[in-house]
Amino acid sequence: MSQLLEKLTMPAPAKLRDLIRQIRSVRTQAEERAVIEKECANIRGMFRDEDNTYRCRNVAKLLYIHMLGYPAHFGQLECLKLIASPRFTDKRIGYLGAALLLDERQDVHLLVTNSLKNDLNHNTQFVVGLALGTLGNICSVEMSRDLAGEVEKLLKSSNAYIKKKAALCAVRIIRKVPELMEMFLPATKNLLNEKNHGVLLTAVCLITEMCDKSPDALAHFRKQNKMVPQLVRILKNLIMAGYSPEHDVSGVSDPFLQVRILRLLRLLGKNDSEASEAMNDILAQVATNTETTKNVGNSILYETVLTIMDIKSESGLRVLAVNILGRFLLNNDKNIRYVALNSLLKTVQTDLNAVQRHRSTIVDCLKDPDISIRKRAMELSFALVNSNNVRGMMKELIFFLEKADAIFKVDCTSNICIAADKYAPNKRWHIDTMLKVLSTAGSYVRDDVIAHMISLVSEASTLQAYTVQQLFRAIQEDITQQPLVQVSSWCVGEYGDLLMSGQVEEEEPLQVTEDEVLDTLEKVLNSSGSTAVTKSFTLTAVMKLSTRFTQTIPRIQALMDQFGSSVDMELQQRSVEFAKLFKSYDHMRSGLLERMPPLDAKVGSKGDGEEANTNGETTAVSPPASPAVKQEEGNALLDLLGGGPSPAPVIPQMEKPAAPPAASNDLLGDLLGLDLSSPAAGPAPMVPGMTAPQPQMDMLGGLMDGVAAQPAVQMSANNLGIPSLTAYEKNGLKISFSFQRDNSNANVVIITLTATNSTDAPMNEFVFQAAVPKTFQLQLQSPSGSVVPPSNMGVVTQVIKILNPQKAPIRMRIKLTYNYKGTDVNDMGEVNSFPAALWQ
Amino acid sequence: MIKAIVVFNNHGKPRLIKFFQHYNEDMQQQIVRETFHLVSKRDENVCNFLEGGRWASGKSSDSENLIGGSDYKIIYRHYATLYFVFCVDSSESELGILDLIQVFVETLDKAFENVCELDLIFHVDKVHYILQELVMGGMVLETNMTEIVTRIEEQSKLEKSEAGLTAVPERAASAVKAGLAGAPARVVSAAKNLDLPKLPSNIQLPNLPSFR
Repeated sequence: MSQLLEKLTMPAPAKLRDLIRQIRSVRTQAEERAVIEKECANIRGMFRDEDNTYRCRNVAKLLYIHMLGYPAHFGQLECLKLIASPRFTDKRIGYLGAALLLDERQDVHLLVTNSLKNDLNHNTQFVVGLALGTLGNICSVEMSRDLAGEVEKLLKSSNAYIKKKAALCAVRIIRKVPELMEMFLPATKNLLNEKNHGVLLTAVCLITEMCDKSPDALAHFRKQNKMVPQLVRILKNLIMAGYSPEHDVSGVSDPFLQVRILRLLRLLGKNDSEASEAMNDILAQVATNTETTKNVGNSILYETVLTIMDIKSESGLRVLAVNILGRFLLNNDKNIRYVALNSLLKTVQTDLNAVQRHRSTIVDCLKDPDISIRKRAMELSFALVNSNNVRGMMKELIFFLEKADAIFKVDCTSNICIAADKYAPNKRWHIDTMLKVLSTAGSYVRDDVIAHMISLVSEASTLQAYTVQQLFRAIQEDITQQPLVQVSSWCVGEYGDLLMSGQVEEEEPLQVTEDEVLDTLEKVLNSSGSTAVTKSFTLTAVMKLSTRFTQTIPRIQALMDQFGSSVDMELQQRSVEFAKLFKSYDHMRSGLLERMPPLDAKVGSKGDGEEANTNGETTAVSPPASPAVKQEEGNALLDLLGGGPSPAPVIPQMEKPAAPPAASNDLLGDLLGLDLSSPAAGPAPMVPGMTAPQPQMDMLGGLMDGVAAQPAVQMSANNLGIPSLTAYEKNGLKISFSFQRDNSNANVVIITLTATNSTDAPMNEFVFQAAVPKTFQLQLQSPSGSVVPPSNMGVVTQVIKILNPQKAPIRMRIKLTYNYKGTDVNDMGEVNSFPAALWQ
Repeated sequence: MIKAIVVFNNHGKPRLIKFFQHYNEDMQQQIVRETFHLVSKRDENVCNFLEGGRWASGKSSDSENLIGGSDYKIIYRHYATLYFVFCVDSSESELGILDLIQVFVETLDKAFENVCELDLIFHVDKVHYILQELVMGGMVLETNMTEIVTRIEEQSKLEKSEAGLTAVPERAASAVKAGLAGAPARVVSAAKNLDLPKLPSNIQLPNLPSFR
C-alpha cells in the first residue's frame, strides 16, 4: 500500500509521515537501514538540485533520521539556507535543525552568525525567539563575542518572551566568555523588578551564573545591589500570595522559581554572616509554611534545608533543617527518602548531634528495598557510630551485612572493622565482632582485615584460648570462606595447645583431640576450594603444631612429605623446608617454631613503609568520615576508568597480610644481627602475595643452605633502567612520565610527571587528574604550579605514587584541563604503555 | 544544568533526543542505549535517580561516564510506554527536575490533547518546539504550561497563515503533478497537524499520575 502511494507521489518526495510509517513497518534493522539509505539518497539528490519547494520537508525528514542514529550532517548547510529564508516556517525548522545538527566546532558557524544577527533584530517576536533559542544552544566563543551586544539589547526589551530567552542566552555567553560578564551586569539590576515569572526565573539563573563564575560579581551583588533583601521580598510574595492559577503547581506557587531563589540565596549567604543574617527569617518561614503533601512542596523544603546547611545560619534553624530531613526519612516516597539520606550525609560532619537523633530511622533504611537508599543508609550509619552506640549499631550493621548485596560487603566489612577498632568497649567484644564479620561476610573481607584480626588476637593474651576455640569451631563448620580459614589456621597454629586446654570462661569448653584438629586442617589443605595462600597458612600452622601437639608428630611429618611433591611451588618449597627441619635440624625446631610475640601493628607501620600501606592502620587513623569520603573517591576513579576490570579487590587473598612478617622479621633480624628491612620486600616480587611466613623461611633456608644473600641483591636493581614515557602530546602540551621504584616498598611506583608547553601562549589553570583501576591505589601530590609557561620555557612537575600490591600491569586514565588563550581545554587520555619493569 | 533530555519507549526506541552538549550520532545512540539498559531494569518501586558510578546500577557503567562522570545524575520518570530521562549535573535539584518532567509531560498532554506515543512519533518537531519553550541551552526557561501552549499555538498560526499565502499557486502546480496523493508539499508540520488519523489509541498514556 505504502509502495503504491509512493509510486503515485513519485515526483514529489514522500512526506515525513509516510517515511515514518514506512520505517515503522519494517521488521529488521537491515530493512530499516535500506529504507533510510534510499531516502537519504533522495534527499541528497534534492539538496544537490537546489530544490527550494521541498527543502523544509527534507530537513524535517532528516531530523527524524538523525534521531534514529543515522548520519545527517549533510543537512547542515540546508538548515542554514532555511534560516536565511524569509518565511517563519522555514526558519523554524531550519533553526531546529541547526540546534540539533550543528556543533560549536563547525565552520558553518560563521555563516549562521550573520543570519542570527539579522533575526535578532527582526520585528516578529517569534523569529527573535527562535534566534535566541538557537544561540542559547549552540553559541560558540566567536559567536558570543559577535552577538553579545544584540543579546544585551534584547535583555532590556519590554517583551517578556524575548527578555527571558535573552537572559538565558546571556548565561551561555558568560559560560563561554567570562569576561563578557561586565556587559550584562548593569542589565541585571532591573530584571528582578519584573513581574513575569519566566523572566524572574531566568534572571535568577543569570545572576547565579555570575556569582558562581566570579567572586567579584558575588561581592557586587551582596553589597552594592542589595540582592538579598530583594530576593527575600520576591520569595515572601511567592509564599504569601494566594492562589494564582498561572503559576500554581499542585497547590504551590511557582516552585521552580522558589527553588532557584533558594539556590541563589545559598551562594550569597555562604561564608557571609551579614547576608546569612538577612535571610534567616525567610528561610524559617519557608521551612515551616510549605505544604509537604506533594512532591513540589518537598522539593522546596529540600532546597531550603540545603541552603540552611550551607550558609551561616542560626543553630536553631539548623536543627529545624535536620528535623525536616528526619521527617523526609519517614516519607513514603522513595525519592524523598533518597534525597534526605543524601543531604544528611553531607551535613553529618557539621551537625553530628542533630543527625544522631534520627539514628533509628536511618538504621531502618538499611532494610529499604531500594538499593540506592540502602547504600546511602549504610554510609550514613557508619558515620554515626560512636563509643556510646557502637554495640547497638554494630548489631544492626552485622545483621545488614548478612543480607547485604555483594557489592556492599567489601566496604561494609572494612568499615565495621574500622569502627570496631576505634570504639570497641572491650577486647572481648572486639574479637567477637571480628569473628562475626569473618564468619558472615564470607570472602568479602579485605586483606587488611585478616592482618588486623591476627594482630588483635596476638595482643589479647587472655582471650587467646577463647578465640582459638571459636575460630576452630567456625572452620569445623565451614572451610569455604578463605579469610576465615586463614585467620583460624594462623591462630590454631599459634595457640593449638590452648585448644585442648579447656580453660575458657563462660563458654562450654571445646572437646577435641589432636587428630581431629589435624583432620580439619588436612581437609583445608586438600580442598579444591582453598587458595594457595590459605594452604600456605594452613601448612605453616600444621608445622607449628608439631611443637604444640605431642601424639601426632609422625602424622605431621607424613603430611610434610606428602606436600613435598605438591605442584604448587610455594607449598612444595615450604613443605620441603619443613621436612628438612624435622630431619636435619630437629634440635632447632622447637626454638624456631615458638609462639610469636604480640604483634603490634602500630609499631610495624611506623617501622616499615610497606605495612603503612597494607595493614589497614592508615585508614584507621583517618577522621570518622573517611569511609564515606574514600568511597566517593573510589567511585570517581572507577568512573573515570570506565569499563575497567571488575570492581573492588576481587581476589583479596592476593594482597599481603603484612603485619606478621614484619614483626617476625624484626625479631629474626635482631636475632641474627642483620638488617632485614630490604630483603623483607625482596622476595615479594617473585611470589606475589606470599610474604606471610616467607621471609622467615628464607632466612632459615639461608642459614641452612648458605644462600641468604640472594634476595638482598635483587633490591638494588630497583631504580635502574626504567625508561621514561610520553603520556600525552597534543596541541603543544607534552606530558612525560619518569619512573622510580620506592626503596622502602617494592609495591610503590613513583612517577614524576613533567608538563611542557611548546606553543606561544601560557596554559593557565593547568590541572592534571589521573585514575587507576581499583586494584591500585593512587596518590597525587600537589603540582609545582598551575601555569605551564610557553615555548618550553619552564615545566610543571607533579609526583604520582601508585601502590600496586598485586603487581598487575599498570593502566591509567588521565584527564587534563587548562585554559589556553581564554578558552577552557579539556582532554582525556589513557596510558597503557607503562614499562613492565615497574611491576615485575 | 541539564545535559541531555531523552525520551524512549519500553523497547528502547528513541522518541526524542536532545543534547545540550555536542556528541556525534554514534555516541548519542550509545548513550541512549545504555541509559535505556540502566533505566529499564529498575523496578517501579525504587527511586527515580541514578547516580554516576557503579552503585546505583549495581555495576560500573559507561553511560554516565559518557555524559561526564560522577557529578552527573540520571533522573527519570516512566509513563505507560515511555521513559522520560533527564541527565543533569549537581547544580540541579533532583526533586525539582522530577517536577520539571511532570510539567513537560503535562504540557505535551495539553498541546496534543491526551498525548500518546504516536503523537511523539509523528510530531517530533512539535515536541522539540515545546521543549524549546520549556528548556533552553540546558536551563529552565518557562514552567507556566498555559504560557508555553499559547506560544506554541501562536507560532502554529503564524505557520498556517504563511501556508495559506503561498499555498494557492503551489497547490495548483503540485496537484497536477501529484495526482491522487495530492497534498501540496509545503509546511510539513502544519499539514500534518490537520489530517493525522487517530491511530488505535490503546497506547495512550493513562491519566498522569499525580504526586502524593
